[in-house]
Amino acid sequence: MDAAELIAGVGNGDRRALARAITHVEADTETGRAVLAGLYPRTGQARTVGVTGSAGVGKSTLVGGLARAQRERGRSVGIVAVDPSSPFSHGAILGDRIRMQDLTSDSGVFMRSMASRGNLGGLAETASGVVDVMDAAGYDVVIVETVGAGQDEVEVATATQTTVLVTMPAGGDEVQSLKAGLMEVAQVMVVNKADLAGADTAATQLRALLAIAGERPWKPPILKAVARAGEGVEELVEAIDDHQAHLRGSEHAEEARRDLARAQVISLARAALHREALDAARRAGLLEELVEEVAARRRDPRSAAAALLRGVKDGWARERD
Amino acid sequence: MTDEQAIRVLIAKPGLDGHDRGAKVVARALRDAGMEVIYTGIRQTPEMIAEAALQEDVQVVGLSILSGAHLELFPRVVSALDERGVDDVLLFCGGIIPEADIATVQEMGFTGVFGPGTNTEAIIEFVRDHAASPAA
Ligand SMILES: Nc1nc2c(ncn2[C@@H]2O[C@H](COP(=O)(O)OP(=O)(O)O)[C@@H](O)[C@H]2O)c(=O)[nH]1
Ligand SMILES: [Mg+2]
Repeated sequence: MDAAELIAGVGNGDRRALARAITHVEADTETGRAVLAGLYPRTGQARTVGVTGSAGVGKSTLVGGLARAQRERGRSVGIVAVDPSSPFSHGAILGDRIRMQDLTSDSGVFMRSMASRGNLGGLAETASGVVDVMDAAGYDVVIVETVGAGQDEVEVATATQTTVLVTMPAGGDEVQSLKAGLMEVAQVMVVNKADLAGADTAATQLRALLAIAGERPWKPPILKAVARAGEGVEELVEAIDDHQAHLRGSEHAEEARRDLARAQVISLARAALHREALDAARRAGLLEELVEEVAARRRDPRSAAAALLRGVKDGWARERD
Repeated sequence: MTDEQAIRVLIAKPGLDGHDRGAKVVARALRDAGMEVIYTGIRQTPEMIAEAALQEDVQVVGLSILSGAHLELFPRVVSALDERGVDDVLLFCGGIIPEADIATVQEMGFTGVFGPGTNTEAIIEFVRDHAASPAA
């Protein structure tokens, strides 16, 4: 299937075309970029939701519940579940489907697993591309599950409108160890596993952390849930809908749309610059040359970085002439 | 940057048996060989397996079965895949497949048949040699 066939297929509800289109986006192929460009005008209809938090807090279980609740409301659901790749082999075991088995036989749900390193274009960029494809395919709600561990994962929040941060009571350590960046991008907080002791303490700690962050137009609600028993899921759906209504309805709607567009363009441009500049420096042998000089302490890393940038810019200028 | 796209493999357990130790060993071995393994858990119907293979756009589907129901379940997996137009995946199976059934299972399209005690290296090599390249 070429780009035109994939674009047509995604529009016609052809699930195989959708699956293949996602593969191309993930691999950042020529076809993938053409598909994204072709589909983009059809996007913007879906409610997009990110679900993030440490491994094992119950994100997949919660996403399964969330998807079921959305289905009960008659909304179709696309899910992207990202799991970390092994730092050694770059392979991955993607097991999020285990918690959503029943959804596999529901034709109103499409679920895709993704390895954090499997994508060649950068995690946040790839995730927002996959969200766009599912949005264009007509899914009413698109949910992205990620492990909120590193900066890459925090940036995934730019791929969705509403970010849900999931934590669990774990002697208080869990909340203390949350990445600062995550608190800032979350619009809804969930203390999952509220059947375990310490859920109220965790909620109180979250409230205190939010207070430090100061006043913002949207005040993130803090919910408790027992995902494994389906408790708290309805409240979560409502909180997400509230935030979506806030985004669409309020005087901030236009601004929020622009903020999201800006964040996406910046993040994509940064990734592209990074990739192209380093590629150019590598091709010219400049990178290794500078590395040698720094390793031999003939030059400091900062001036080497500046020299690298100068070299790359000169190369680009020569290409232009 | 350096890595090419990894091979995607679905490992599934059709039928009712509840042991997935073997399936997990294979999943880990393939991961350690640099592949992306989608593991769906136990008690999968043929339709669930085929639908997962479609949505995940895998190049390879590996089934693990201990219950003895392979002659009944495997053809149903194959036809569920066909119904969805998923006609380009490499199929293999492992678990308990009696010697007498191996030829039958291979005729169904399960090119690789790996009995208990198979060295995982053999499975890795089989997948590497026969899987189509992703996003081709
Ligand atoms: N006690 C308790 N365990 C839960 C709850 N929700 C999920 N779990 C369990 O937590 C483990 C990890 O769940 P999973 O959804 O895979 O977490 P993820 O890694 O964040 O996606 C599983 O064993 C779940 O059954 C809950 O509300 N209470
Ligand atoms: Mg998960």
